[in-house]
Amino acid sequence: MIKKSFFGMTKPRIEYEALETVLPKPENISISKKIILFINSSEKQNTPQRDILLKKGDHVKTGQKLLLSEKSNEYAISSVTGTVTSIAPFTGNYGQYFTAITIELANKEEIDKNFSDISGNPTIDIANDFLLHAPGKPSFELLSNPAKPINTIVVNAMDTDILVTTSQHVLKTDINDIKNGLDILKNITKINDVVIVSPRHLMHDASGLDATIKIADLSYPSAFPKMIMKNLLNNQVPAGKTCEDLGVCFISAEAVASIGKAFHSSRIPLAKTLTLVKKDGSTTTVSALIGTPVSDILNALSISVKKKDRIIIGGPLTGYAVYSENYPVQSDTDAIIVQDSEDISHVSDYPCINCGECVRICPSKIPVNMLVRLLEAGLYDEAANSYDLYSCIDCGLCAYVCVARIPIFQYIKLAKFELDLMESEQKNSAEEQNA
Amino acid sequence: MHSNKKLTVSHSPFWHNGSKISNRSYNVMFATIPALLFGLIQYGIPAFGVVALSISSAMIWELIMNSITRRPITIGDGNAGVIGLLFAMLLPATAPWWLVITGTFIAVVLGKQIYGGIGSNPFNPSIVALAILMVSWKDFFDFDEALLNYDLNFIMVYPLAQLKHFGLSAIQAYNPGDLLMGKQTGGIGSTFGLGLIIGGIYLIIRGIIRWEIPISFLAGVFITSLIFNMTNSTLYAGPVFHLITGYTLIGAFFLATEDSSSPVGFIPMLIYGAGAGILTVLIRNIGVYVDGVIFAVLLMNLANPLLDKIRPKAIGKV
Repeated sequence: MIKKSFFGMTKPRIEYEALETVLPKPENISISKKIILFINSSEKQNTPQRDILLKKGDHVKTGQKLLLSEKSNEYAISSVTGTVTSIAPFTGNYGQYFTAITIELANKEEIDKNFSDISGNPTIDIANDFLLHAPGKPSFELLSNPAKPINTIVVNAMDTDILVTTSQHVLKTDINDIKNGLDILKNITKINDVVIVSPRHLMHDASGLDATIKIADLSYPSAFPKMIMKNLLNNQVPAGKTCEDLGVCFISAEAVASIGKAFHSSRIPLAKTLTLVKKDGSTTTVSALIGTPVSDILNALSISVKKKDRIIIGGPLTGYAVYSENYPVQSDTDAIIVQDSEDISHVSDYPCINCGECVRICPSKIPVNMLVRLLEAGLYDEAANSYDLYSCIDCGLCAYVCVARIPIFQYIKLAKFELDLMESEQKNSAEEQNA
Repeated sequence: MHSNKKLTVSHSPFWHNGSKISNRSYNVMFATIPALLFGLIQYGIPAFGVVALSISSAMIWELIMNSITRRPITIGDGNAGVIGLLFAMLLPATAPWWLVITGTFIAVVLGKQIYGGIGSNPFNPSIVALAILMVSWKDFFDFDEALLNYDLNFIMVYPLAQLKHFGLSAIQAYNPGDLLMGKQTGGIGSTFGLGLIIGGIYLIIRGIIRWEIPISFLAGVFITSLIFNMTNSTLYAGPVFHLITGYTLIGAFFLATEDSSSPVGFIPMLIYGAGAGILTVLIRNIGVYVDGVIFAVLLMNLANPLLDKIRPKAIGKV
């Protein structure tokens, strides 16, 4: 944990981890008993679905596409061969709902042939049908959305959070796959304007790729899509808009590598590279199948987790904590951090003391001191209209430096979530009235 | 999915830089030590009594308000202690006990707690208390009268009062070096200019206060008094005299910089500091009061919410 230095005149500079040149091989994690896969579901399910296609006791093969219902396109790709032992609803953060499917491992592995039969001729539809949940989580749904045409693809070889080195690792080790993936991506999307964002020390590795290289500096949060848009592409995203609205789609380097691997080997890649940060702060890169429970990874590296410790999926500033060791690795799980209970800093219920630390560190120049007052009072509309709520890029720096230890970032996320809810409710009621 | 082990779950960020309110308060207290010790040595036991009573009564008022309003006990954050300490540093060493207790009541209860506690006070609590007491019982704040029984081997008359009542010729006897080294009468902790500057620089380096406010405050005092001095050098004292007498230095480094009543933006901080500096000299030179720092800072506190409206455009805003 980076503490405030004795000299506090200037704002702290938090740097991304730069990966050294000699790379240790990622440690392969073997699955002990079962995996858990998440399938997105649009809303909260109180009653089990009737028209469910999958049921307990079903046998699934490695690489098989698991569809939950005829009505929705949401799917998961099984990363093992085995038997479905449970299907249960699972609630994630901020209105995300999943169906969690537990698959118990079988002794013998069988490979599903559906993808390899059609992978000879890559199209965006095949990619959408099979690779949406490949490691790195390629954003095909954004690339194939006719409402928001994409002109530029930005391959981000930087990890957005500090301590995480997954993308850098993939760029160094899987450069050929990225190269293939980039060619296929250009081919299937018909988009030729590709930009690769890389840290300076990996410029040499990225230079072999057929794309414009932009160098991002190592100070957090320069690898955030909106900061890249502003600093490197000179295309500032207006508050409340997304990068896709401006025709720019971000895709991680690992996702591009997955595309390359998939069509090159005719097999859906299933192993996710991720950075594991131990309690003492040391990091290891591991490779685990999607769906591997975190506990398997911790056991393999003999990390013990006690009561009151914290397991974080993602980086220390923007990740999320999970309540169970059995939480699975997902296609966008770039890092797992284990934090000792003694290292946990707790928030307080103090009000803002107006010291101004957050205002000075905010990369979006938001008056956070005023914003947090409104958010505490639940005045979300005013916060959005007058105090730049939607300029926030969700970097979490304000809460990191807050002297009063206000959970500012949580307030901001909650406000955005509540405003989204209100908006969709208004839309729904308007539609009902029209009908 | 569930496991028996109970893990800690909370929202990101999972790191914190370790700063906290109590740490800030204790640093402010630490920074006052040079000026405060000097005052205690100079004025002896009575000064010690005033400081001890002021700090302890401020904390007791806070405790009482905590229990009346049924909120968590907040004296541990040190803010009440800082209010009491700074208030005592402004008082003459001979301030009677009831004056001190009334003062800390005004500071902590009326100046801070009724607005909702730390962070919500529109004015610097210590200054509110001093301003009300100065208006109510002005004899106790006439330093010549208050310190009548002291003889400390330097000119025992309050420099700003001399200037006000007897004009420029009356302050010829003061030597700037002596004034800076604390050889002047005044509040317990506000006369030792060098000590206040050292404490202020410490706070700036540690990042507890921002350099913009004290520097622009001092620049405001300097430039305004220079202009006065240049227009009529037989009537108005020079800038150096204004900088090192009265409450100027304690005001610049410790009073104007109070978190909740001062702005946070770069330009607002400069305007705030400079405005307080300019008003200080205007009150001293044209107004009826001997020293202008207290009222100048109070007036700029009032302007603080407006000043913080001056802010850079957030990214993505057109």
